[in-house]
Amino acid sequence: MSRTVQSVERAAALLRVLSAESEPMALGQLAAAVGLAKPTAHGLLRTLVEAGFVDQEPTTGRYQVGSGLLHLGSVSLDLNELRSETLNWVDTLAARTGEEARIAAYRDGAAVVAHHVFRAGPGTQEMDTGRALPLHATALGKVLVAFDPGAARSVVGQPLDRLTFRTITDRSELLRALADARDTGWASAVSESRPELAGIAAPVRDRGGYVVAAVGIAGPVLRLCDARGLPRADLVEQVVGVSRSISRALGHGRAA
Amino acid sequence: MTAPQYVAALDQGTTSTRCMLFDREGRMVSLAQREHHQHYPRAGWVEHDPMEIWDIVCQVVPEALADAGASPSQVVGLGITNQRETTVVWDRHTGRPVHNAIVWQDTRSSSVLPAVAAEMTEADIQARCGLPLVTYFSGPKVRWLLDSSPSLRERAERGDLLFGTMDTWLVWNLTGGVAGGAHVTDVTNASRTMLMDLGTLDWGPELLAAMRVPRAMLPEIRPTVSSFGTTVSPVEGISLTAVIGDQQASLFGQAGFDRGDAKCTFGTGGFLLLNTGPTPVRSQHGLITTVAHAMEGESAAYALEGSIAVAGSLVQWFRDSLGLIRSAAEIETQALTVPDNGGCYVVPAFTGLYAPHWEPDARGVIVGLTSYVTKAHLCRAVLEATAWQTREVIDAMNADAAAPLERLAVDGGMTADNLLMQMIADFLDIPVVRPMVAETVSRGAAYAAGLGAGYWPDREVLRRHWRRAAEWRPTMSANVRDDEYQRWRRAVELAIGWGA
Repeated sequence: MSRTVQSVERAAALLRVLSAESEPMALGQLAAAVGLAKPTAHGLLRTLVEAGFVDQEPTTGRYQVGSGLLHLGSVSLDLNELRSETLNWVDTLAARTGEEARIAAYRDGAAVVAHHVFRAGPGTQEMDTGRALPLHATALGKVLVAFDPGAARSVVGQPLDRLTFRTITDRSELLRALADARDTGWASAVSESRPELAGIAAPVRDRGGYVVAAVGIAGPVLRLCDARGLPRADLVEQVVGVSRSISRALGHGRAA
Repeated sequence: MTAPQYVAALDQGTTSTRCMLFDREGRMVSLAQREHHQHYPRAGWVEHDPMEIWDIVCQVVPEALADAGASPSQVVGLGITNQRETTVVWDRHTGRPVHNAIVWQDTRSSSVLPAVAAEMTEADIQARCGLPLVTYFSGPKVRWLLDSSPSLRERAERGDLLFGTMDTWLVWNLTGGVAGGAHVTDVTNASRTMLMDLGTLDWGPELLAAMRVPRAMLPEIRPTVSSFGTTVSPVEGISLTAVIGDQQASLFGQAGFDRGDAKCTFGTGGFLLLNTGPTPVRSQHGLITTVAHAMEGESAAYALEGSIAVAGSLVQWFRDSLGLIRSAAEIETQALTVPDNGGCYVVPAFTGLYAPHWEPDARGVIVGLTSYVTKAHLCRAVLEATAWQTREVIDAMNADAAAPLERLAVDGGMTADNLLMQMIADFLDIPVVRPMVAETVSRGAAYAAGLGAGYWPDREVLRRHWRRAAEWRPTMSANVRDDEYQRWRRAVELAIGWGA
């Protein structure tokens, strides 16, 4: 006869409720949802926070599913491994568009460049592998915030620094841009980190569908955007196409 | 609208065979690839089955065409590039090999080297063919094979057996085999046999005598870019317009057409080639003199070559034999956690040291160990070993060639390691540049074949296809560089001393 452990069952129930909710929940709501006394629920939640499976908002004290749970089963990809596995594809993106191409992943509050390919043409260009790009003001960063819960959480409560006249500094405006990115499957940033610079980026998924990186191009607004100042459709198609190829190479969409 | 035209490359390498189609902009449009088996009948012996490789060619060529939706008539030319020195001997009447191919890494011919040296001094051999008397090259492999069986030698003398490097075996089969296949090779491949005279670019009678190789079994030597016949099988009617050894192809694919152009391929080992122009430069510093390429109707371009036996394979050894890292890429992550090597140096002389030392008895050492040294310091020392070995070969090249190298073009799998590329720029004190898409071997064969077919009018057009993907510039101070180089050289002396 198999015996079950009651507290594990209760913790699992709490996680199920939390993962079904899009908004952080208060202790009272949670306890009521699973039919536990508040002190019992509190003890379980504190243990789950310790394990990294639940996050508690410092200001409101509300709970939500933690990034440890989201990363469960997928080992975080080393940036140098990410480069060696994706180098040929990022090269191809740069070759097809003539623009500089990068692949970046979320690390410590920023989009960190794992691989950088120069734009076509002569002149000095600086390698910026390892550089940290702002999440809210670059196309690569926006993709990560839109699709990577860890990145999304890191911008909560942080000021959105103004880098140019066009930088999105209003939180609800940023949320709308991120929702658009989730709808369309790509993001752009036009004159948002530097006045003359535009970027287009799309998500890279691993075997489990988790977004591990963003890949994209950057270049002058005049080359990347059409007459209305919107990213050129042909370039968007190239970026999205390469992001899908890389995801497939990482095992996404393949039979387990 | 007319159907698009392509140029094809067939790359027969040590582990796999690939066929690729390229368009007029030099972009790869399709790729088909298969691996073949490695046979290790004894320690130090490495063989490939030539029939298996031919079967694979019969699969990948039609696949690459189908993948691009191209008919044979849309392919203006096919270029063959191949693992060099690997030796095939077959019966011209049956088309069957008499023995497995003896691969370049195979060391069995060390048993015949003393007999060769008794007939011709090492210095004399090197003066004639540009190569040191070591096991890699084809001549001693053929001598080993024919010495092993009197009946084989007799058939070879009668003209019933044919010799070829992989390119020759494939061209013969592609152009009809027993039914009139062309028995030909190109100067770059012939320059690796130890049987060709570098001055005449034809088989050297004295070398043939020393290796006991009958003239009757040898193919005709043609320029790299010239007509090698037309395919009969597995698809009909494609012109074979170029044949070029793999490292020469990579130099060609990097647009290294002219004197002073150089490239280094970082894979399992490292291969550095410097184009020295129309006269062969005889190295005073342990480098190999070889042919870079030859165009029909022009004089050949020569090259100096220096190879590093252990580069990426040291990282693999660190991963697989020591288990200190999970993946090859992780070595960079580990190495970046410390600012320097902590006083530790790794000399990977696993099978001796190649250019410029040529110390076959040297053995690997790790020196400078203290309790301060961590895995991360060792990882850094492993990457530095490849960078210092590159420096040694470049120093030898600069000493032999008229003008010092101003920049180094790199390709191969290890170019994904940014820290290693930065170390090379720092240790060499010149910029290191990586071109877009590192498939330079196949690209080089395609370039050569396309020039032969008139697909591209001249080399200048191809030079414009070369596009820089990344560049690393030196940042190390001269003091630090010189001190570190001194310590590396002391470590190398210890590796040589240990084996003595």
